[in-house]
Amino acid sequence: MTTTSARPEMDAVAREWWDATREKRLLVQRCRGCGEHQFYPRSICRACGDPDVSFVAASGRGSVYSFTVVHRAPSADFVPPYAVALVRLAEGPLMLTRIVETDLVAIACDQAVDVRWLPLEDGRHLPVFALGKGS
Amino acid sequence: MSRDAAIVGVAESDLGLTGASILTLQTQATRAALDDAGLTLRDVDGLCTNGLSRFSTTQLAEYLGISPVWTDSTFAGGASYEIFVARAAEAIRSGLCTTVLIAYASNQRSARSRSLGGVAEPHAPGTWYEAPYGALDPISLYAMAARRHMHEFGTTPQQLAEVAVAARAWALLNPKAFHHGSGPLTVDAVLASPIVSSPLHALDCCLVTDGGGAVVMTTLERAGALRRPAVRVLGYGEATTNMSMSQIPDLTRTGAADASARAFAMAGLGSAEMDVVQLYDSFTITVLLTLEALGFCARGESGAFASGGRLGPGGDRPINTSGGGLSYCHPGMFGIFLVIEAVRQLRGEAGARQLPRARTAVCHGTGGILSTHATVILGRA
Repeated sequence: MTTTSARPEMDAVAREWWDATREKRLLVQRCRGCGEHQFYPRSICRACGDPDVSFVAASGRGSVYSFTVVHRAPSADFVPPYAVALVRLAEGPLMLTRIVETDLVAIACDQAVDVRWLPLEDGRHLPVFALGKGS
Repeated sequence: MSRDAAIVGVAESDLGLTGASILTLQTQATRAALDDAGLTLRDVDGLCTNGLSRFSTTQLAEYLGISPVWTDSTFAGGASYEIFVARAAEAIRSGLCTTVLIAYASNQRSARSRSLGGVAEPHAPGTWYEAPYGALDPISLYAMAARRHMHEFGTTPQQLAEVAVAARAWALLNPKAFHHGSGPLTVDAVLASPIVSSPLHALDCCLVTDGGGAVVMTTLERAGALRRPAVRVLGYGEATTNMSMSQIPDLTRTGAADASARAFAMAGLGSAEMDVVQLYDSFTITVLLTLEALGFCARGESGAFASGGRLGPGGDRPINTSGGGLSYCHPGMFGIFLVIEAVRQLRGEAGARQLPRARTAVCHGTGGILSTHATVILGRA
């Protein structure tokens, strides 16, 4: 897995989101105006335009919207094959992630998944997902 | 009416592996397209290009020795050159300029400048949140669209492969195609090629080649006095949906549906009335999604629709008669080549691949990771 460090170009909400991963807390944003959840975090609600968005804890549950097994590495940081997925979080938003701890041929769309954490060199963690018990 | 826009000249540069610079290829295509029209650089007062540098139109204008009064460098990946046709038509109609040169080139096969990981944009959230996962950009997003389409509708890898097989059959009829001399492709050969990002195989993916193209547009009034039959720009529409993979609204209903609806409404025509169909084929799945979005078949039915050779020579819904990005050329952004082939078909100049009936055409560009979508409707004057 990658060792990409925090990037100086990140905005304040991105730093806050990544900082929470040090404690293995998966955050999404919720709009105080319209109640919509969003990921990735930003300084405006993508549903209604309200700037009053705040972080809330995500349940860490979701389902596989789609996935792909990558067989050619995009750079020397990666060792294929591995499964990249778009997971629909229980709160609603999609998140790009990986499916881990499974035989790659066992993954299917709409399977339930739960969050797992992969440590990064600098103390942060990368949220990934494993197939849920019910699937 | 007299200021309605027409396409009056089209050309490619050298294609394939050229060893030439981007500006050399753009200049080749420009000179050939102006010659096709019977115009010169002195006639050009509008310029569109992108992807050359931060100041793309400025750089190309300087190199060509022109001082345009109107320029557009919109960067929308594979949809850019359909967008340029639309913007140029608006600029010509409103009188901002009279004759627009649209030119593109890339030398990415010679320069080996294409990366499987895509371009890391330091200020983009897609880089902050998505780069650590190692998705191939753009291939993995299209792969996930294909996987979702298979899951929802039962589409098969064989049906995806049919798109590549049809493209190769057309390329065998196009002497300029990269795969002109490669012989026919079979579904089994596509499925036997290595998987890059499942379910997409290497032969589900477009080529990486050098190449340039140019399109010259002017007023319909002026077009009547020029060398070739004018091609009218009848309608256009665009849509922008997402930049990051996680922000895609729907993997199987793309922005092409909205973009094309706008274009067809402007033209007062529908997909059933299109003789010539040129759809961006970055990947085989891109074609299936676009066939549905533009209304050539119902949602979910594109796999069956593309089967049995229907898209190839002699099929009842021929598309991408040049051989497309899959078998003709794909220098990074293919959008201008959709327009060039459509114009040649409408003029009856497509040689062995000429369609028997070619009075109307639709070109649809798709850029990024199903990010940008632009449709242009063309017709014989």
